[in-house]
Amino acid sequence: MKTTANLDLPRMQALHAMMWRIRAFEEAAIAAQRQGLVLGAIHPSIGQEAVAAGICANLATDDLLLSTHRGHGHTLAKGADARAMMRELFGRAGGTCGGKGGSMHIADFGVGMLGANGVVGANIPIAVGAAQALKLRGSGAIVACIFGDGAINRGPFLEGLNWARVFDLPVLFVCEDNGFSATTRTRDLTGGPGAAARAESLGIPARSLDGNDLIALDTAARDAIAGVRSGGGPRFLHCRTYRISGHTAVDPATYRTEEEVEDWRRGCPIDRLAGALELAGVEPAALEAARREAEAEMAAALDEARAADWPATALAFADVQDAGDPREWAF
Amino acid sequence: MGLLMARMTYLEAGRRALIEEMRRDAAVWALGEDLGRGGVFGQYRGLQEMFGAARIADTPISEACILGAAVGAAMTGTRPVVEMRFSDFALCAVDELVNQAAKARYMFGGQTRVPLVVREPVGMWRSSAAQHSQSLEAWYAHVPGLVVVCPATPADALGLMKSAIRSDDPVVFMEHKNLWALEGELPEGEHLVEIGRAETVRAGRDVTLVTWSAMRHTCLASAEALAGEGIEAEVIDLRALWPWDRDAVLASVERTRRLVVAHEAVAVAGFGAEVAATVAEALHHRLKAPVRRLGAPRIPIAYAPPLEDEVRVRAEQIATTVRAMCMPAPAG
Repeated sequence: MKTTANLDLPRMQALHAMMWRIRAFEEAAIAAQRQGLVLGAIHPSIGQEAVAAGICANLATDDLLLSTHRGHGHTLAKGADARAMMRELFGRAGGTCGGKGGSMHIADFGVGMLGANGVVGANIPIAVGAAQALKLRGSGAIVACIFGDGAINRGPFLEGLNWARVFDLPVLFVCEDNGFSATTRTRDLTGGPGAAARAESLGIPARSLDGNDLIALDTAARDAIAGVRSGGGPRFLHCRTYRISGHTAVDPATYRTEEEVEDWRRGCPIDRLAGALELAGVEPAALEAARREAEAEMAAALDEARAADWPATALAFADVQDAGDPREWAF
Repeated sequence: MGLLMARMTYLEAGRRALIEEMRRDAAVWALGEDLGRGGVFGQYRGLQEMFGAARIADTPISEACILGAAVGAAMTGTRPVVEMRFSDFALCAVDELVNQAAKARYMFGGQTRVPLVVREPVGMWRSSAAQHSQSLEAWYAHVPGLVVVCPATPADALGLMKSAIRSDDPVVFMEHKNLWALEGELPEGEHLVEIGRAETVRAGRDVTLVTWSAMRHTCLASAEALAGEGIEAEVIDLRALWPWDRDAVLASVERTRRLVVAHEAVAVAGFGAEVAATVAEALHHRLKAPVRRLGAPRIPIAYAPPLEDEVRVRAEQIATTVRAMCMPAPAG
């Protein structure tokens, strides 16, 4: 058994609470989708909460984050407001993107969250470019780029990692490996030993670890980010986790057995951290309170989103571009 | 005109624009393959010595990452100028341009801007064949969020490039490879050209020739030949396809009552169709002859010069088209 003697209890309790906020947000969003209130596809990260919480806990507000289509957890953990996020999922006024992006394009530039992305792996080149701009501007901030295991088979993965090494950019790459490329097992689609080996082959120090062990992940993220901040160029973390939910909220995920999912439910990162905290002497009641608070927060966010207005239709024509007014070219 | 003028090539004009803007604004930088050695055509000659390797960045042959990195850098307080070598190669970066650069401002609800310029040399040049010769400007004009610029002269290469770099929108800047050596007069001082403002290159009463990029010079040659026969063609260089100067075209055709649109790109679904349809919708009752479009046949561009020439719109073809439109209608 891992020692819990040196645990930073307030920090770990905060991360435990963050994971509950992510879980509660997504469960609320899934319920709202069943009622027809959350509209387009949503991609839940239930079971993967430790990656979002552990990585983002080691970033400062002015550090930048690029996320994926499965990005609710990353966005919340980077500091976005859950109420604005829920409004965005509802497509309502006051959403993080004014209702124009939805789940797959959720972004909050105010907290350095530069966007989820509907295209797998497309966030990697954007992340290295953001890092290059930070370096050009002499900023001390860094960029974290989280992508899934499916992304490692796209060209931009190779191009972006090579680029970060060649230009020695301040980027932390995080492969959040949930085992599935949409609805097919990534291991059946991937040659060679996988994500970390690919990063190392490009000269990027990489670690592969249990992505459901938040305590280990927090330390690994801290060390990797320290390396990035010290000017050592990019670092790579391969976090093995599991997507308890389907690819989308409506995917029954019949391509795997109930037993397999049940095994991973028992390895849920929230329960695992709670177990470690109890061993360290934290009252179960305090841990249960974190869950209740998260659920109450997200229930309120849901009520608020349900009551919010639709965006004014004129906004369909706003923020397209400066050149050429699209209203003058409507037929 | 009291301005001092200097003669300069189209290529040098683009280089001067970048130098001036990089001196004016420390946020401007350029990235692409071989820029430290001047770029594939010499457009960046001496710039790395002038500005350093961080601001004139030599990149791997990674078109998707070149453009994707520019998107990230543009959202993070800088103004990247992206070199794609050939517009054909930019097709390796269409996701980054169309799904990312063009959409980020809108889909994030106005939280960001993507002020980048992507230089995409276009057009037929020295038997460059099917993968180094295309003119795909219509693709990008179709995409909300992008600006599309196609300069035809050294003065416009300078003035439009400077405006493109200052634009907060992503700009596809299509330079024609066959124009690199073209010389022209440039003003000595600051020279900015507004994107979306056409230039009436030649006034005429009988027909309006709408064009852009290298075809401007073909249209002018055709107009000069027609003038010898008493037909006065007005030549309008759009200079930008988005936004395009609809008002200038409609005002001209209102007077001449005849329109020919000529471009190097494939005619089918080319931007000429957009111009033709717009004029037909607005001025159908005023037209003395049906609108005509001239462009390439829908075939890839061949290597052998006689086959390559089958794609080319020639001055004589434009003149023949105009003559037929200007013939008096048969009685009856």
